[in-house]
Amino acid sequence: MPNVAVEVESVSVYFDSKCVLEDINLKVLENDFLGIIGPNGGGKTTLLKVIAGLLKPTKGSVRVYGKPPDKSEKLIGYVPQMSQPDLDFPATVWDVVLTGRLSRSKLIKPLNEADRKAALEALRAMELEGLKDEPIGKLSGGQRQRVFIARALAVEPKILLLDEPTLSVDRRLDTKFWEFLNELKSKMTIIVVTHDISALSKYVDKIACLNRRLYYNESKQITREMWMEVYQCPVDIIAHGLPHRVVEEH
Amino acid sequence: MLEFLQYEFIQNAVLAAILASVACGIVGVYVVVNRIVFLSDGISHAAFGGVGLGYFLGLNPIQVAIAFSVAVALGVGASSKKLGAREDTVIGVIWVLGMAVGIIFIKLTPGYVPDLFSYLFGNILTVPRSDLHIMLILDLILLLTVALLFKEFLAISFDREFAQTLRVPVSVISYILLTLVALTVVMLIRVVGVILVMALLTIPAAVSERFTKRLLQMMIGSVALSLLFTLVGLWLSYVTNLPSGATIAILAAAVFFTSLYGGR
Repeated sequence: MPNVAVEVESVSVYFDSKCVLEDINLKVLENDFLGIIGPNGGGKTTLLKVIAGLLKPTKGSVRVYGKPPDKSEKLIGYVPQMSQPDLDFPATVWDVVLTGRLSRSKLIKPLNEADRKAALEALRAMELEGLKDEPIGKLSGGQRQRVFIARALAVEPKILLLDEPTLSVDRRLDTKFWEFLNELKSKMTIIVVTHDISALSKYVDKIACLNRRLYYNESKQITREMWMEVYQCPVDIIAHGLPHRVVEEH
Repeated sequence: MLEFLQYEFIQNAVLAAILASVACGIVGVYVVVNRIVFLSDGISHAAFGGVGLGYFLGLNPIQVAIAFSVAVALGVGASSKKLGAREDTVIGVIWVLGMAVGIIFIKLTPGYVPDLFSYLFGNILTVPRSDLHIMLILDLILLLTVALLFKEFLAISFDREFAQTLRVPVSVISYILLTLVALTVVMLIRVVGVILVMALLTIPAAVSERFTKRLLQMMIGSVALSLLFTLVGLWLSYVTNLPSGATIAILAAAVFFTSLYGGR
């Protein structure tokens, strides 16, 4: 029986009186590759933030390898959704990736050779060595997204959380990116929030649907009922050939 | 040209310019990249309350202003979170309150009313030796703190949320950063005055940012520019017999607008 990497137990999150997540239960096993889909505003980002320890749930508890997320160090590599970054910020790609090596226990201490090695490996994995000394503001959106993934990999995490990682990765790199994640899953647990259903069907092992409530049956199948609950309307679901079938026979 | 250096008050002014430049060059970079220019300006005006309180209590106004502005900096950070008020609104209120408190304390101070003008617009030519010692100690505290927390300051300035996922104590570190801003603001009050503090806290960093791509380079450039502005401004004010604080500020602003035509 593999270890439980993340355990979310009856978690609800309210913003003021608005319920964003309702009674979420989710168990993610070590080396799972879990995709979370759902409509905009369905609480996907909020759930990732709860797991990352950025947001305390109003009710319920979260355990990351048995500990509360704000007590677990070096377990989580977080790749935030692309926001509007400060393009004038005076930092190079290298500076940004190195910030992945910080932690509470590294406070005040200088980074060492092992830190630089881990950061360099993360850069290589995302094919960014050539851009190492470029200012972060000079990069394209897709390149910058790869820098944020490299920064999360530099943590050498046991769990990788990705929020819409392919939104700004250019199409050409898309397939490569998913294949890279697929290779990574032997080393770590991956939870990815995405709209890219065709990629999910090809690469992800398990799929959960989230729209305030979570629909998850620890498999890759989305039943018609799950789909209806989450998107609240009948959607034409294109089921590709059998190897990548997500949707049950219909 | 250099004969004016023989006066002791000029020597003190030059030392004050150098000590203040180190502080505002480094801390100004954090103020600019964290977009806390308004907060810093609020702290500097609130510090005036400390100056007034110092006179009222018969203590060194600068020392009281240090305690006062640090308390304000930490208070704004904490209160806007707890009260749920918008931070910039809280800053606006604190700003006015500090000035008002300062004016009332000075009015209530019996006997000779000190030269308010020099605290509002600065007078680097009247900096006493004792203040130079305070400035030196503040510089040392600041340099040590930045050296120890350089990578943490960079991480929370660039992406606070990500730093939080690494369990870096982001709140404590941003309070330390705000404390450094408060200390620097008080030093600058001596040199350019409450109203012109922002000239030295933002312009050197903003100009330096246009020509550098890493935080440390930006700091070095910013310290160099602060030195240029304060020393050349001081000399210009001596030659033209104009107020030093305003001369420094105008020189800095002129370089700022010129720099908009160059850089990256």
